[in-house]
Amino acid sequence: MSTSLIAANTIRTTEIVQIRTESPTVKTFIIPDRLCSKANPGQFLMLWIPGIDEIPMSIMDAADGLVSISVKQLGDATTHLHNMEAGETVGVRGPFGNSFTESRGRVLLVGGGTGIAPLLFLAKRLSAKTERLYFVEGAKNKDELLFIRELSGFCNEKTLITTTEDGTYGLQCMVTEPLANLLDREKFDMIYTCGPEGMVKKIFDLTEQRKLPIEASLERLMRCGIGLCGSCVIGKYRVCRDGPVFTAAQLREVKDELGISKLGFDGARIPV
Amino acid sequence: MRTSLAGLELQNPTILASGILGFSAESLNRVAKGGAGAVVSKSIGVEPRAGYPNPTIVQAEAGLINAMGLPNPGIDVYIDEIEYAKTILRIPLIVSVFGYSADEYASVAKKAVEAGADAVELNVSCPHVQFTGAEIGQNPRVLAEVVEKVKAAVSKPIIVKLTPNVADIAAQAKAAVEAGADALTAINTLKAMAIDPETMRPILSNIKGGLSGAAVKPVALRCVYDIREELPDVPIIGCGGVSDWRDAVEFFLAGASAVQVGTAVALEDTEVFQAITKGIETYLRRKHFGSVKEIVNFAHRS
Repeated sequence: MSTSLIAANTIRTTEIVQIRTESPTVKTFIIPDRLCSKANPGQFLMLWIPGIDEIPMSIMDAADGLVSISVKQLGDATTHLHNMEAGETVGVRGPFGNSFTESRGRVLLVGGGTGIAPLLFLAKRLSAKTERLYFVEGAKNKDELLFIRELSGFCNEKTLITTTEDGTYGLQCMVTEPLANLLDREKFDMIYTCGPEGMVKKIFDLTEQRKLPIEASLERLMRCGIGLCGSCVIGKYRVCRDGPVFTAAQLREVKDELGISKLGFDGARIPV
Repeated sequence: MRTSLAGLELQNPTILASGILGFSAESLNRVAKGGAGAVVSKSIGVEPRAGYPNPTIVQAEAGLINAMGLPNPGIDVYIDEIEYAKTILRIPLIVSVFGYSADEYASVAKKAVEAGADAVELNVSCPHVQFTGAEIGQNPRVLAEVVEKVKAAVSKPIIVKLTPNVADIAAQAKAAVEAGADALTAINTLKAMAIDPETMRPILSNIKGGLSGAAVKPVALRCVYDIREELPDVPIIGCGGVSDWRDAVEFFLAGASAVQVGTAVALEDTEVFQAITKGIETYLRRKHFGSVKEIVNFAHRS
């Protein structure tokens, strides 16, 4: 993100054009915004829900003047958002943060929960240039397994691996379980991951044992989104400005905090 | 470009302003590596505060409006961060302190200094939290009481950060210095707000916040100039819209011996400090001066 872009990136209010239900707890919101429609996979935006809150959201798709975000209903802000309808007004700042590098050759994307959203965006970009794209997706159950139809467009039965905790779809296990085998069997030029930090940590451990390159998108409590307030720091890095995508070398530098601790809203260290 | 300031020895006259990246020691150390001559922590109080809900920041014309709401973990938790910071920082650590009474300011300042703070900066100027900050700094009598109590509690330099949201900032400055302030920071943010025409409502969750960045620089310069006219000797740290060497030099000419940088850390990045220092050096050489000290107050000559 260059200087001039941050200075010029004031909040824009705009009407939601479309809302899609993706699962019992996840909806996708499609918003017209010129700047965010030029985002790259991995970047995020700050979404203002007027009168309620402003929250960071990963970008799930961006093209033709529109930007899409997939939002899980979790707390006050996301519940308000889920209750909104097309035509209602929200505010947008961004896109902020860095993005995934777009590797050629053989790639593996691993995600859990709504961490799938930026990886779906990335898969769209990568599908044209990669030799082979594996996607491993995990969720609690079949209903929460996101974007299976979309991902089937980039993968075949062998390269799309799904896991559910309750066994209602795909393999019954955690998303990390099929990975060790896959990493030993296939050669990968890059591994991308996004999802709950415990999962990211386990995947990072697996790639480290095998000295494989990885890019992981991380999440922290975020306020300003532009590298100023220091709320979203991990080690010396700001997730909003230096991330959210981190390389293996950077993850090594923050291994004392990865999957372990983050700052709370009062700046005190709390468990992830 | 060594600079002495109220007993603090700085490698250069650029200082990280309070509120920016100041939660963790590692963040402060990163700013140090970006070239800062000293760093100021987030404002720390007696009790933890979560701050306000978002939006806590709005990008405005030529600046930012923020109402973070003084989020901080409380001094008893922050002590660990100060102690850790002191093991990794090679530049002075100034801990910003706020309270709801003179006794609270004194108690937090004392604990901060005992944990290793090289100086304290009293936040008597935050414009968006009730019963502290500017509500203290706007009243010369209360301000003096706070400074006196802190002075009695700590032996390290006391810097008082002043609010521009007063009729006569020089009068506030005088009250602070007479009560024992060793240096002054001028200025904190200007009380401001942003309204969205589509939703027809204020954007900040706290409605009002403080304006920083290029938009406030002319006001900040005037404040430093006014204080210097009233008080010929007190060291002043200029603060408000500094993003390059030219801004810094303007503050020196108005009477500041050092500058604080905040908003520019977001708009540029943490390396902004070394860029400013390099630019000041070039300027001094071009103008045939040997140090910043030689140009401080220069704009006051008749």
